[in-house]
Amino acid sequence: MKHNSEKKNLKELIIKSKTSYLTKVRNFISEEAKKFGFSDDEVGKITLAVDEACTNIIKHAYKYSGDNTIYLKLNARNNTFEIVIEDYGMPFEPKAIKMPDMREHVRSYKRGGFGMYLMKSLVDKVEYQIQPGVKNRVFLIKYLQ
Amino acid sequence: MTDFVIKVRNVEPVHVLELKGYLDAHTAPKLEETFQDLIDKGNHQIVVNCSNLSYISSAGLGVFMAFVEDLREKQGDIKFSNMTDKVFNVFDLLGFPLLYEIFKDEKEAVEKFTNAKNN
Repeated sequence: MKHNSEKKNLKELIIKSKTSYLTKVRNFISEEAKKFGFSDDEVGKITLAVDEACTNIIKHAYKYSGDNTIYLKLNARNNTFEIVIEDYGMPFEPKAIKMPDMREHVRSYKRGGFGMYLMKSLVDKVEYQIQPGVKNRVFLIKYLQ
Repeated sequence: MTDFVIKVRNVEPVHVLELKGYLDAHTAPKLEETFQDLIDKGNHQIVVNCSNLSYISSAGLGVFMAFVEDLREKQGDIKFSNMTDKVFNVFDLLGFPLLYEIFKDEKEAVEKFTNAKNN
């Protein structure tokens, strides 16, 4: 039996793989993160991390074809705010993507690679579950201190 | 509904871009066009006033990275001013203050260009 005081909240947002839906994603995440009890600063960080994850999917997994679907599942429980983002696009090997030394990266005028770095810096945990040809899932976790 | 607006002002010899709203992967192409347009017309000294910029993601930052090298080769630059803490924090996380000059006020940023020219 579940304890009455346990905070549990499952919510879902389904969007098309278009950048015009990013506003909707940010509104959804920031509202839920705020309700969960995060400070404005933390809400901003979580929202940006989720925006970056969705942008990566639109750009890389779906290559800007806007007819596909992205599923965002929020699982907020106790002190854990977890967002699972699912797509059915091109798989990728997260380990193959080297985290750049940002100072060197920026100095050499590199244009990309900032999204994944930001995600890692903004939330407590970023995990990937890639099932090639089936689905890709990214888990973003932030703990309420 | 437009959630990102760019206003271009000419403060001879500098061009000031006032950004307002949300700069993300959806709105970044608009900024890219504005930069391209300025460069095509031979304007290479650009100040980006961020006082009304509520939000920036890596797609927006990528636009500055795409043009800054070219502008510097042409003796120009992109300088920033009036950043909110929220926007500055994103710049800072990525080490952008190493590459860009960020000023409190637009006037300071503009003067940095004009003073450099006079010296």
